[in-house]
Amino acid sequence: MTDFLSSLGYAQWIIPVLLLVPVAGILPILLAPAAQAKRIALVVSTVVFVVSLGLWWAFDATSGNFQFAATLPWMPFWGIYYRVGIDGISLFMVLLSTAMMPLAVLGSWHYITKAERGYYALLLAMTSGMVGVFVALDLFLFYFFWELILIPMYFIIGVWGGPNRLYATIKFFLYTMFGSLLMLVAILLMVWQTAHTTGIVSFDYAFLLEHAGELGSAAPWYFAAFALAFAIKVPMVPFHTWLPDAHTEAPTAGSVLLAAVLLKMGTYGFLRFAVPLFPDVAMSPPVTALFISLAVIGIIHGALVAMVQPDVKRLVAYSSVSHMGFAMLGIWAATVQSVQGALMVMIGHGLATGALFFLVGMLYERRHSRMFADFGGLARVIPLFSLMLTITALASIGLPGLSGFVGEFLVLLGSFENHPWATGIATTGVVFAAAYMLWAVQRIIYNPLVQPENKALAGHDLNLREVLVVLPLIFGMIWLGLYPKPVLRRMEAAATRFVEFSIPRAVTVQTADGSETEGAK
Amino acid sequence: MLLTLAGPAAQALEAVPRWLVLHPHWVWLTVALPLAGFLINGKLAIAASGPVPLLPPKLAQRITEMVRRYQHGIVTVVGTGVLLAAFVVSLMLFLGFQFLDTQSAYVLRLWSWIPVGRFQVDMALQVDQLSLVMLLVVTGVGSLIHLFSVGYMREDPGYARYFAYLNLFIAFMLVLVLGSSFLVMFIGWEGVGLCSYLLIGFWFEDKANSDAGKKAFLVNRIGDVGFMIAMFMIWTTVGSLDFSTVLRELPAAVPVGGALITAITMFLFLGATGKSAQIPLYVWLPDAMAGPTPVSALIHAATMVTAGVYLVARTGVLFAMAPISSTIVAGVGVVTALFAASMALRQYDIKKVLAYSTISQLGYMFLGVGTGAFAAGIFHLITHAFFKALLFLGAGSVIHAMHHAYHEVHSSEDAQDMRNMGGLRKAMPWTTVLMWIAALAIAGMPLSGFFSKDEILAYAFGRGHDNPVFYLYYVLGIVTALMTAFYMARLMAMTFHGKSRTGADAEPYLHEAPWIMTGPLVVLGILTVFGGMINLPTWAGGHHWLQSWLLPITATAEMYLRPELPHGTTEYVLIGLALTAALVGLVAGYRLTVGQTIVPARDAPEERGFWKVLYHKYYVDELYDAVIVRPLILFSQRFLWKGVDTRVVDGVFVNGSAGISRFLGQIGSRFQTGQLGFYVLLFVLGALWILRAMVGGG
Amino acid sequence: MLLGPSLALSAVLFGIGVIGVLVRRNAIVIFMCVELMLNAVNLSFVALSQYHGVGGRVMVFFVMTVAAAEAAVGLAIMIAVFRHLESVDLKNINLLHG
Repeated sequence: MTDFLSSLGYAQWIIPVLLLVPVAGILPILLAPAAQAKRIALVVSTVVFVVSLGLWWAFDATSGNFQFAATLPWMPFWGIYYRVGIDGISLFMVLLSTAMMPLAVLGSWHYITKAERGYYALLLAMTSGMVGVFVALDLFLFYFFWELILIPMYFIIGVWGGPNRLYATIKFFLYTMFGSLLMLVAILLMVWQTAHTTGIVSFDYAFLLEHAGELGSAAPWYFAAFALAFAIKVPMVPFHTWLPDAHTEAPTAGSVLLAAVLLKMGTYGFLRFAVPLFPDVAMSPPVTALFISLAVIGIIHGALVAMVQPDVKRLVAYSSVSHMGFAMLGIWAATVQSVQGALMVMIGHGLATGALFFLVGMLYERRHSRMFADFGGLARVIPLFSLMLTITALASIGLPGLSGFVGEFLVLLGSFENHPWATGIATTGVVFAAAYMLWAVQRIIYNPLVQPENKALAGHDLNLREVLVVLPLIFGMIWLGLYPKPVLRRMEAAATRFVEFSIPRAVTVQTADGSETEGAK
Repeated sequence: MLLTLAGPAAQALEAVPRWLVLHPHWVWLTVALPLAGFLINGKLAIAASGPVPLLPPKLAQRITEMVRRYQHGIVTVVGTGVLLAAFVVSLMLFLGFQFLDTQSAYVLRLWSWIPVGRFQVDMALQVDQLSLVMLLVVTGVGSLIHLFSVGYMREDPGYARYFAYLNLFIAFMLVLVLGSSFLVMFIGWEGVGLCSYLLIGFWFEDKANSDAGKKAFLVNRIGDVGFMIAMFMIWTTVGSLDFSTVLRELPAAVPVGGALITAITMFLFLGATGKSAQIPLYVWLPDAMAGPTPVSALIHAATMVTAGVYLVARTGVLFAMAPISSTIVAGVGVVTALFAASMALRQYDIKKVLAYSTISQLGYMFLGVGTGAFAAGIFHLITHAFFKALLFLGAGSVIHAMHHAYHEVHSSEDAQDMRNMGGLRKAMPWTTVLMWIAALAIAGMPLSGFFSKDEILAYAFGRGHDNPVFYLYYVLGIVTALMTAFYMARLMAMTFHGKSRTGADAEPYLHEAPWIMTGPLVVLGILTVFGGMINLPTWAGGHHWLQSWLLPITATAEMYLRPELPHGTTEYVLIGLALTAALVGLVAGYRLTVGQTIVPARDAPEERGFWKVLYHKYYVDELYDAVIVRPLILFSQRFLWKGVDTRVVDGVFVNGSAGISRFLGQIGSRFQTGQLGFYVLLFVLGALWILRAMVGGG
Repeated sequence: MLLGPSLALSAVLFGIGVIGVLVRRNAIVIFMCVELMLNAVNLSFVALSQYHGVGGRVMVFFVMTVAAAEAAVGLAIMIAVFRHLESVDLKNINLLHG
């Protein structure tokens, strides 16, 4: 397979193809009749996914460097280039994005009835944006894609969302915009300052990484701006309240993409930018303590609040807060185990929460309700749905042998040595996770079947299309739970690199500078 | 390996034909078989209840019809077949293990599971003396219970689903006992919890049942947190989670009796208390009786709940190195035994009595492994599996009969309440005799249960020599034995003797269960009578076979902790004491119960005085509910959600910042008159101002 | 051509335009005043181009093009407004009121 791909020159064209094909797919959608829009979107996104699968084989697991890299001038005068590349951290984020897209299209098949062309065009635009965020190695390009995602998502929630969509979408937009504008300011200032000391204006990630140690007293401010933007996206407590609203109001595919991919942009941002660029700040004891506490608070708070939600989608949204807390804990514990665990949490959460939102959406299409009070006893009438919901819920609460467990366990294991108390508290999160998820499952598919609307569901179990949406995700959960080795192997080099980068560089930088001889350690 | 067997046995082994022998690398079959059963039955369960979505409709229709017609047969054959096959494989593996050259564990590495840096865990199964014993118990007792289920669940619409869950449970249970590392064991550990959850809530349309399932899973998860933290500590200390490495290197890495080893063992024990229903996490087990009775027999008596004991025995070295922990383990065990036995005294639901009895017997096992008598603990685990499975299945037969009778007369009486039974021995002679055998065994008459329980108590007494608190444990153990005999006699008397309280119309419909149900009972009865032979003490003419068989496992632990059995007169006095307690309890329990007039459940008066406290199980559930569950939910709802998220974050910060921008915007909007002239005026003024600045500057 | 008088004329015309925009209410008149300002600027462009090269004269064509486009769009808006409000008096057109 590897030889076949290299004979095609796969490494040279894959990233441009992933970025351009979805956007190019918008044109036929806009030209064709509205009824055909979803079919075109499905074809395009499936093609993109299949093509992206080649990354799996073409990727060299032994290297922690960026692969498939390319550089083209964009605005060279300002040091802005099209610089892209994929390493073990971004590889799975790209694959997750491309994989979710055909499912998102299939999952929207009957759900979206108005303005279909616009909807599917926006979905495709989002694909490009998501891939772009994860492959960009130029800070300007990264920012460009980062903001690009916001617009389709804004419209997807705002136009095709639920009754309270305007509040949710504005909240979502302003929250994320607030963070990302500060990040833009930080990027510009950082580039300007680096240009001042080195004489070279460049947004190049590698270049900035090399010179980030020379930022001096401004570094904490830059870090704060980056961290705020990413923390909002993750979302970390206390910047999380946009998530339940956005999730609840978004159409199914919107919730799925939000959970499966968009939240990962936050943790990815920490892994790629906030921590490696400013390790001295990020890994200083007070900042570490702050982020680890926020992560642990997020785990517990998210789980506890999820427990008392009356709305299924809100519950899943709060469970995301809890799960992403594990990812943050893993990043800040900064051991190889915890970082790989964080990545596994990100993937596992993408699969499980994605599937949960799909399933809730399928339920909504049948019952036009998301309230627990309206369900109960569904296992009797729609067993296939119930089976899939159960498996997904179990994967979500981290049952060993399913995807959630590997990530959670690695995070906790890797964090325990340096942060035993935080890890201990975080571990209790698994009890609360079981509590809210099993209670949710119970209130949906178990308990007496009393309401006539629910009895009428008999014979309306999942159809082929819906099974095709959820089954790949379930397959992924089982595969990652039982045999995560191929995945772990591909991310190990990059995770190790991250861990090395996250060791404060104060020693080397200051001696190179010559001004100070005493290091931090 | 042949060393462990006496001369004649070794010769007998030589005579075993080679085709009967399976090398331990076939051990994966024992897991794969029930797993395959799960997949097939699971598929059938789904296929039967609706259209098959992945096939063309016409074919799907045909398949559905065919499945409907033959489903019952296929499920029966597959469901029980895989288990019987697994049992046969286990026996062959047991023989095969004797032919291995070494006594050390055989580890079958299937694939590398989670390799991250220096953290390496393989999906691997370990065959050694302990896991083989557990393998035989699980598949053996499991097979009998599967057979029983064929009759018990025959008319249930969820027949296929039931067997799917049951098979899955066996697969996970085998992973639990065969796992070669803490983490692989943890797969089984949580997996059996899942199956327990599914099977307790099997009749999920009753909210109480699905509540009970959820409660079981959650309480277990609390224990699992302890298990996980223990794993983190172990890994941080020795960098491995493999049993062989940990048990070899951890003793060298940490000081005996130190804080670390004590913490590790206490966290492990927290895990064990969850799974094995000990104080303070026992509350789920009585509720777990909501599941079908064979499930109670298999999961909540014979196999899953003993996993905690197995864990302590497996990591015996660690507990032996931490005297504080092992004393606590034994103490928690014996206190739980006493506490649960006292609650069993005043229960009327036949399954509830047995549930508390199970908790109590598990307490004995923990007393055993806590004392350091690992073999004795495992011995009691095995005999308990026999007699408690028999008791539960017998109770199942009774409930089956009662249920049928009440069904025939359209009565809605409680088929499990002993106050509605009485005099059943006439209708169910087989069940009566077999249940009596089990009752005598658990009460401490010289059947299998007597030997194992007596050994545990004797070892506890023996350790009292070093640590006097164990004398207290011994006394509590004897008191428990008395209570055990009492409540068992009460149960038997209320159920099978005295006058019938079933109701005149329902009584003629009472009948003995079909052979598919009584058959397994008979086999269990034989095991109950003779099961004690596997570890017959010297005074009874035995050789402590099990103890010597498990020696390779327990040997390292014995380097740190080696309780002595009392000898000579003391030994006989202790035995006499135990027998007396059992006899007194049995006679008193029977006499008092048969003597009193029992009112059927519907007319029963309110309990009074201390009986009421016992009947309501010391109000522990209510206490937990009031102290933990309710406050937590209220805290989450009122404070975290409505308070922090809605009021503070959204109310103050989000809407607050929106309010500030709105305020600023309102000031700005004053300039927005809508009059073009005004705008132009401002524009001109601005232009003039800039002009002036430029001219002035230039 | 004399630079001084030309610029003076341009300034006067521009001033008339500005004052016209400020004091008149009728949109058509304001519109014509804007045209007047544009042409005043054109005049100064032409006048200055004899000292600063051909750029100024080229600029005039740009301004004329823009003025033409503006006329087209502006008058179209005006007609639309008139149809809507039956008036082109700016007092009545205050939809942008905050």
